[in-house]
Amino acid sequence: MKASLAIQRGQPDATSRVDIFAVEFEPGQSVLDGLRMVRRDHDASLAFRFSCINANACKECMMLIDGEVDYACTARLKEGTTTLAPLPKKALIRDLVTEIAPPDERLDRSPQRK
Amino acid sequence: MPLKTDVLVIGAGGAGMYAALEAARAGADVILADRSLIGRGGATVMAQMTVAAALGEQAPDHWEHHLADTLVAGRGLCDGKLAAILCEDGPRRIRQMDDWKVGWAREDGHIKQVQAPGHGRPRCVYVDFLSTGPAVSKTLRARLNDASGIRRIGDLLITDITVRDGEAHGATALHVSSGRLVPIAAKAVVIATGGLTRLYRRNSASANMGGDGYALALRAGAELIDMEFVQFFPIGHLAPRLVGMDPIMWDPFRYKLGGKLLNADMREFEAEYATHDTRSDGRYVLTRDLATYAITKEVEAGRGTPAGGAYLSFQHVPPQEIRRAFGPVVDRLAANGIDLAHQPVEVAPIAHYHMGGIRVDETLESRIAGLFACGEAIGGANGANRLSGNAITEAFVFGARAGHHAALKARQRPMPSLDAAGPDIDFLRSAERRDSPNTAASIVALQSLMADYVGPFRTEDKLRVAIDRLAEMRRDAGQRPLISASGGLDPVLIDWLDLRNMLLVAQAVALPAQARTESRGAHQREDYPGLDEAWQVSQVVSITDGRLGVEAARETVAA
Repeated sequence: MKASLAIQRGQPDATSRVDIFAVEFEPGQSVLDGLRMVRRDHDASLAFRFSCINANACKECMMLIDGEVDYACTARLKEGTTTLAPLPKKALIRDLVTEIAPPDERLDRSPQRK
Repeated sequence: MPLKTDVLVIGAGGAGMYAALEAARAGADVILADRSLIGRGGATVMAQMTVAAALGEQAPDHWEHHLADTLVAGRGLCDGKLAAILCEDGPRRIRQMDDWKVGWAREDGHIKQVQAPGHGRPRCVYVDFLSTGPAVSKTLRARLNDASGIRRIGDLLITDITVRDGEAHGATALHVSSGRLVPIAAKAVVIATGGLTRLYRRNSASANMGGDGYALALRAGAELIDMEFVQFFPIGHLAPRLVGMDPIMWDPFRYKLGGKLLNADMREFEAEYATHDTRSDGRYVLTRDLATYAITKEVEAGRGTPAGGAYLSFQHVPPQEIRRAFGPVVDRLAANGIDLAHQPVEVAPIAHYHMGGIRVDETLESRIAGLFACGEAIGGANGANRLSGNAITEAFVFGARAGHHAALKARQRPMPSLDAAGPDIDFLRSAERRDSPNTAASIVALQSLMADYVGPFRTEDKLRVAIDRLAEMRRDAGQRPLISASGGLDPVLIDWLDLRNMLLVAQAVALPAQARTESRGAHQREDYPGLDEAWQVSQVVSITDGRLGVEAARETVAA
C-alpha cells in the first residue's frame, strides 16, 4: 500500500514549507516507520526525534498527525495523505522537532536554580 | 559556552542516573548529560522484565548461589570479581529502590520473586504490568529531582573524551538542539551509555544504543573486553506488527503462563535441544543462547513460521487467566489485533544486550585515569552470556559504584583546563556539506551487514566479508563530519557522528569474533562448533598507533 506524508518543514524565524513524500507500507506499520523510510530513501535531512522506536517509552515522537497531537510510533500509516506538523505550542527547533525537555534539564536553563 | 564539573556522567539510563546520585552523595558536583531526554532514552526505560537479586524473599537464597548461576551462564569467561560485586551488592540496591517506592510486585506480604531461565531458584523481581523499566526510570528521575549538586542536561551528545597525559580531562559535546559545540572540563568522567544493539537490524533497545561509549573509550585509549559476545534475545516479537510495545515483552508471559514455543508443524521443540545439545545444562529450561540456537536451527531446517521465526502460543491458557496475569496489556494487544487465546504470535531472535564493553577494575575505572564506566557499557561481569535479570541489577550496582569512586577520584584532582578539548572542537568545526552516501541509508546498510554477517552464527568467510565491507564503509563516510544545514538538530550531522562510532564498534566486534575459533555462549562459530578449553580466555580490543587490534587479556587492568 502507498501512503503520502505531507510534512511541514522549516526552522524558527523562517517561512515553513510542506514537502510530500510517498512511502510503500504494509498494514500495521507506524507513522514513525514511514518517517524513517523517508529519511532512508528520500531525504536524510528531515528532522524528527525518537529514541525507543517502537515501545512508546521515550515519548519523544509526539507531533501533530492530521491535526491531532499523537505519537508517531503508535499512529498507523494509512492509504492516502497524512499531514504531519510540529507541536504548535512548543518552540520549534527544526521540521517536526520542538523543544520538549523540561526547563531545568536544558543547557540554557537559568543557572541560579538549585 | 564551556562547562566545568567534578564528575561528568554520560548517559542517563539506570546506570547513569544511579552514578549521578552516588557521586553527588559522596560530595561531588555532577553534570548528568544525555543525548536525548534525561531518564527516557537508553535501555532501562524499555525493560519490561525482571531484575535478579538474592533477596531470599520467595525462597531461601544467598548471593553466592546467584553468583554460581551467573558464572555458569557466562561459560567460563566471567570476571569473577565483577560478577561477585554484582551479586553481592544487588540485594542492597533492590531494597534501596524498594525504599524509594519503585513498587516491586508483592505477594503474601513479601516481594515476589519469579524463576527465570538459568536461575536455580525464584530470584527475579518485577513491577506489574510489564512496567519494570518505566517504574525504575521514574523512581530514579524523582530522586534526581530532589538531589542537590546534580545538573541534568539533555540534548547533549558527547563526541569525544578529552585525554591529556593518560588522564581524562573532560569531554567535547554537540548541543543537539542548537548545534553549538560545548567543551566540558571534568575531574572524572563516567561512561554510562549502554550497549550496541543498534548495530543490528532487529534490536530491542533504543536508537541511542549505537555503542557510543565503546567508541569514546577506544578513542580515549581505554581497552574493550569480550566484544564478540552479543546477546540475542530468543523470542523477540516478529509478527504481526505490534506498535506501542517493546519487542521483548513475551518473556514475562512465558514465566507466568507457560507459553509454548512451536515450529511450523505446531510441534514443541525446546526439549529436544535441551536434552540433546552438548551445550545444554540438561534441564528443560533453555538459557538464552541455547534458545536462540534452537529457533534458528528450526528455521534453517524449513520448520520456521511465515515471517521466519517460531510460534509462541498461549492457546492452552484459559482467557480469564491471561487477563488476570496481564490486565491492561491484554487490551494493548487487542488494539494490535492480537488475541492470545485464539492465535499464536511469531517470535525470533533479536539483538538485545552486549556482554562485552569497557575494561575496568573493581573501582570501575578504565586504564585511563579518571575515566570510569558502568552498566551495560562495561564488559566482564557476564562473560560469554548474561543470565536473565542481571542487566538492571548491574545498572544499579555498577552505576552506584562508579559514581562513588569517580567522586573520590575528583577529590584528589585539580580542575583540568579546557585547552585539551581544542582538537576535538576543531574536528567538529571542520564539518562540511559534500556529496556522500545518504547517512540514514548507510546506517541501515551497516545494520543489515552486522545482522547477516556478524549475527549469532558466524563463519570465517562471513566475518571476512564484514571486516572488508566495514573498511569500505569507513572510506565512504569520509574523514570529516557531514552536515546538511546550519542551526540546530541537523540529522545528517548526528547520523555521521553515530556512523563514525558504529563503524568503529562494529569492527571491534568483528575482529575478536574472527579470532575466536570456537563456539562459546553468545559467540557461535558454525565452522568451529563446541567449546575449546584453550579458548577460556577473554580478548581485549584497543587502538594502538591508530590501528584497532585484538589480543588475549592479561591478568589485570593497569589504570
